[in-house]
Amino acid sequence: MTAETVQLFHTCLLNELEPEAGFAVVRVLERCGLRVEVPLQQTCCGQPAYNAGFHDEARAVARHTLGVLAATEGPIVIPSGSCGDMVIHQYEALFEDEPEWRAKAHAVSARCREFSQFLGERTASLPPAALEATVAYHPSCHLLRGLGVRKEPLALLAAVSGVTVAEVQDREECCGFGGLFSIKQPEISGSMLERKLDAVVASGASRLVSCDLGCLLHLAGGLHRRGSTIQVQHLAELLDEAQR
Amino acid sequence: MSETDGVALPPFAARVREALDDEGLHVALGRATAQLGSRRASALGSLDDADRVRDLARKAKLELLGDLAGNLERFEAKLVANGVKVHWAATGADANRIVLDIAKNAGVRRIVKGKSMASEETHLNQALIQAGLRVVETDLGEYIVQLARDRPSHIILPIIHMTREQVGRVMHEQVQVPLSDDPKTLAGYAREKLREEFLSADMGITGANFGIVENGTICLVTNEGNGRMVTTLPRVHVVLMGIEKLVASLGDLDLFLKLLARSATGQKLTVYTTLLRGPRRADDECGAQEMHVVLLDNGRSDLLSGDLAEILGCIRCGACLNACPIYKNIGGHAYGDTYPGPIGAIVTPGLRGLKSWTELPAASTLCGACREVCPVRLDIPRMLLSLRGRTARPQAAPLLLRLGLRGFGMIASRPSLYRLATRATRIALRGLSREGWLTRLPGPGAGWTSVRDLKAPAAATFQERWRERKEGAR
Repeated sequence: MTAETVQLFHTCLLNELEPEAGFAVVRVLERCGLRVEVPLQQTCCGQPAYNAGFHDEARAVARHTLGVLAATEGPIVIPSGSCGDMVIHQYEALFEDEPEWRAKAHAVSARCREFSQFLGERTASLPPAALEATVAYHPSCHLLRGLGVRKEPLALLAAVSGVTVAEVQDREECCGFGGLFSIKQPEISGSMLERKLDAVVASGASRLVSCDLGCLLHLAGGLHRRGSTIQVQHLAELLDEAQR
Repeated sequence: MSETDGVALPPFAARVREALDDEGLHVALGRATAQLGSRRASALGSLDDADRVRDLARKAKLELLGDLAGNLERFEAKLVANGVKVHWAATGADANRIVLDIAKNAGVRRIVKGKSMASEETHLNQALIQAGLRVVETDLGEYIVQLARDRPSHIILPIIHMTREQVGRVMHEQVQVPLSDDPKTLAGYAREKLREEFLSADMGITGANFGIVENGTICLVTNEGNGRMVTTLPRVHVVLMGIEKLVASLGDLDLFLKLLARSATGQKLTVYTTLLRGPRRADDECGAQEMHVVLLDNGRSDLLSGDLAEILGCIRCGACLNACPIYKNIGGHAYGDTYPGPIGAIVTPGLRGLKSWTELPAASTLCGACREVCPVRLDIPRMLLSLRGRTARPQAAPLLLRLGLRGFGMIASRPSLYRLATRATRIALRGLSREGWLTRLPGPGAGWTSVRDLKAPAAATFQERWRERKEGAR
């Protein structure tokens, strides 16, 4: 029997900044008995342009991405709630007036799952995992309210023997990243960041985990400036470490 | 330059800075919004089938807006049949002039007001006071705002930004009551002062929470009872309401009343729900002898045909303010106009014109907390994106951003070019880094490092290492 193949849409942030998180995703998927393929012509989902209101530019990138993904087969795993929401929901909105592309976006969207969402549908194939850690989980807004993925990441963490999920005050409040917002409105973004980090520190967690590298880049940058020793990881990295 | 009450408004960045530096504001906002948020959640929990009620309310509002012109005509006919005089105001200035004319014709000198965001929008108080009339706000929060010569910073809780110590000081200085910081004592002082105003007023002005099309009834919800005094004690009552405030029937009103107080303050119902159906009749013992309804457009009908039409379904509960992480950090005044928070970020550019208000839709992380709590499920992030789409048109966006994102569109759809461009950026960033981190970036990157560090990019990308792994496996 040949292994089922999944496509990895790794996202631009992961490719440039956190390749280790990418390999963690790959190893976790492979331990579920899956074969991982990476479409090498992928670039970025186009969200920075879309959220800034540059919708023509976002459409150009979306057409490219849809072309790359449509040429592949099998489920598409996206290790980001934010990029996931872009491909799964916003592409169809972008092509509201172009039925052909809208149909293409719809077909690709149906194959896409954010990483924790994908694993949540296949918990039976997960290997046992153990790790001693108190973990603060930050649900990214697009994963939580965009894709409606609330329980899966917490369930995956709780299934790791030895992991305690810390209580973070106002856990579902935005961390203040918001893509270009973090650069264009640094003062508001920074104020939101401080509130989030205060809550994370107060939770007593030794690690901070999320399913979005954008939020993590922002949170890790804030923790580093504070001189904090809290370890920041993508959920896949923690699972990969716990499965070894 | 944007203006409020004729005073030039400082730029958005300065308003944000001022709010963020205000430690007291942070404390006051943090407490109040957290309490309102949790009360809202438990109040909606007490409603059987809350999700279905929200769906029905949304449907009812969108249907009504689908034929707003027809509904307004039917509403007007019912009002007239009930003995109410109806006035149409195309702009805020028109509305103020109409109210002033009503006051002049009726020989009015003293006016008491119930809470009305529409009158804040038109700066009605200023117009009336300039004409020599005495105007007193009677909603406790609005009364304090008036005494402090301040502006409301929340559509439900006008003085959410003030501490009770500040309120006590304002009352002590402005109406010479003993200094106190006890809310009950302060409310007692206000009650005494306001009673004199109620009894001597010739005219009462209120807003409307809903106008019921099928029978021409005005619905007001209040917690202090001042709304009833304002509408029944003076001999003239004027209602100033936006044209979008209609509901089709008493049946629909039931849906909205179930949602409004729950979403706003976490109450099942407000203390008073007042239904007004015309002036005093021959056998009535009290009530205004004259009743007027001023229907305010002020940019609303222009929104009807575009992709922001949905915003006219807003029932002004303020739940989105309490849930919004931006509002919680900068408060209401930083938004610069009548309506703050997520709803203001759409209504203000919608009604006043986008040109002077582009920062408002940009100042959002699109986190979706507003959409999650909205009782009529307005898709606020979608509308913010739509407004951003308009500002990104040529000439509107800053040059650097425009060029950057144009280039991004071109490059990110061409993989080999993309790899070259990102490689160059990666090498540059790595060159600037120390021990794997960047603490001070030049140019647009300074926005990032002004509040946090940046982890340096990896030496090799995921794709580069993936190719190696594949080759190694062969």
